[in-house]
Amino acid sequence: MSHFKTVLDTYNWDDTLQSIYNKTADDVVQALGKDKRDLEDFKALISPAASSYLEEMAQLSQQLTKKRFGNTIQMYAPMYLSNECQNICTYCGFSMTNKIPRRTLTDAEILKETAYLKSKGYDHILLVTGEANKTVGVQYLKHAIELIRSQFSNITIEVQPLDQDEYELLIEQGLYAVLVYQETYHRDEYKKHHPKGKKSNFDYRLDTPDRLGKAGIHKIGLGSLYGLEDWRADSFFTALHFKYLQKTYWKTKYSMSFPRLRPFSGGLEPKVEMTDRDLVQLICAYRLLDEDLELSMSTRESEIFRDHIVNLGITSISAESKTNPGGYVVEKQSLEQFEISDERPTEVIADMLKSKGLEVVWKDWENNWQ
Amino acid sequence: MTDILNIADKSFSSRLFTGTGKFSSSTIMKDAILASESELVTVALKRVDVHNEHDDLLTHLNHDSIHLLPNTSGVRTAEEAVFAAQLSREALQTNWVKLEIHPDPKYLLPDPIETLKAAEILVKAGFVVMPYIHADPVLCKRLEDVGVQCVMPLGAPIGSNKGLKTLEFLEIIIAQSTVPVIVDAGIGSPSHAAHAMELGADAVLVNTAIAVSQNPVAMGRAFKLAVEAGRMAYLAKLASVKPIAEASSPLTSFLNL
Ligand code: SF4
Repeated sequence: MSHFKTVLDTYNWDDTLQSIYNKTADDVVQALGKDKRDLEDFKALISPAASSYLEEMAQLSQQLTKKRFGNTIQMYAPMYLSNECQNICTYCGFSMTNKIPRRTLTDAEILKETAYLKSKGYDHILLVTGEANKTVGVQYLKHAIELIRSQFSNITIEVQPLDQDEYELLIEQGLYAVLVYQETYHRDEYKKHHPKGKKSNFDYRLDTPDRLGKAGIHKIGLGSLYGLEDWRADSFFTALHFKYLQKTYWKTKYSMSFPRLRPFSGGLEPKVEMTDRDLVQLICAYRLLDEDLELSMSTRESEIFRDHIVNLGITSISAESKTNPGGYVVEKQSLEQFEISDERPTEVIADMLKSKGLEVVWKDWENNWQ
Repeated sequence: MTDILNIADKSFSSRLFTGTGKFSSSTIMKDAILASESELVTVALKRVDVHNEHDDLLTHLNHDSIHLLPNTSGVRTAEEAVFAAQLSREALQTNWVKLEIHPDPKYLLPDPIETLKAAEILVKAGFVVMPYIHADPVLCKRLEDVGVQCVMPLGAPIGSNKGLKTLEFLEIIIAQSTVPVIVDAGIGSPSHAAHAMELGADAVLVNTAIAVSQNPVAMGRAFKLAVEAGRMAYLAKLASVKPIAEASSPLTSFLNL
């Protein structure tokens, strides 16, 4: 039985960080000139030495993305089903100790929210909850998927990690993809930010993509929460995780997300800043590492950033997102998980994409196959 | 630097595997193999007299540094392959087997479906299975899934000496394999072997090119050096050839706003 932990345990955080910082301009030029790049090249591309090659990286990233994905970009929308959570995460508005009104959507409310998203044209939906196994456990999720399955071609979840048999149950129900971010691969920092609740178990979370792979999921979304630790080391470990998974669960597709710490009620300041420039560098580095990897961009980022990044390697994007349960129509004012940055309506985003020569793809999966 | 190749319970410091067919005499075969420093030598079960402990081939290969790898060459179905493997396990006291199933007598191209079937049965029966296959990346992953210990994709038809005709697919196989990739068949010259190693193959298997050369002993040594050079180049990371893309309209100037 294969586990990423055995791979991760052979690495040391500080040594890894140092080897990234030691990369030279020569290493970057070497990496840029290759047809296929490995994790050492990835290190060079995320290193400080690569920041003066950003334009070259962007040009190459654009070329590779066009070659593999054409001039298209996919649209998805998140739908928060619940803000209940039994965990303490220092960076999250839903954290248990935050005194906010909690609510979980009923069937009728879920249908109202989905009707709104359907009216906007969405066919790919991302269901989000906190971690409250009594209220939003696997049975609730199964029921929610059953309820909306006929309306969406592609249902993805971003919820608490589940056991393999629970994933199998949801996949049978029509689940297509699961997003699970390790947040940080630094064990001690992880402990600091997840002092209480099930999420404090680093290894169980780390093992989640393995369980998903074994359950036979179509797609796994990975990522780190940038701002908790040095983004260069965290993105290297995320890339390591991705490469391991890709080799081990070869029938599964992978996507990568790039959440940066955003303001929320009870806020945490990022320990390590990741600038817009850094984020562009990272996105391009991932594209240069792997031509097939889907790269996803949320509404956490600003308008100007999003307008430009869509031509640099990103393959899917959300718009108009609400990060609170019922946020689209049911209860617009409930407390959101974090503030979004780009508030433009879906139609405006779609027009922006078209004006950049991109075809907006709403449907890219057929759930009747399952 | 120690650079060891591990397959199942064995470690190899040489990444050149050799064969025993086509040599003009068993003495030359032995000398060529020793000159090549190969530690894993494949032998066709159909060629050895398993009931004769003085079998000419086996006595010549009775050497500390050489592990024998029986192959099932000659079988045409999974059933025959399983039978052959069991026979070789008894006769040669090894649970290692190079699985070769080629129903086609002309090009000796491996049958992917029978190979996958046989691999699954043999792995379950405790064999270390090394399947000889076409350079088919999906088949390699399917074989990994059933538990083979390495994959042995061909570079070109067996005995053709044409080199790495399947290059594009070998690259994919090497990129995504979690078990060692041993390029087998088609390697006709030391430069082909070096190329395979530069690409990141874990080892190569060479037989005809050594056996039929005018001087098999010198050729065995030439292959040893080529495999080492290719491996060293792979580890040292080859220099890149493509120039950096020229910036046309800057994509990142918005960052300076
Ligand atoms: S990040 Fe997730 S688990 Fe942590 S408090 Fe927020 S909702 Fe709960």
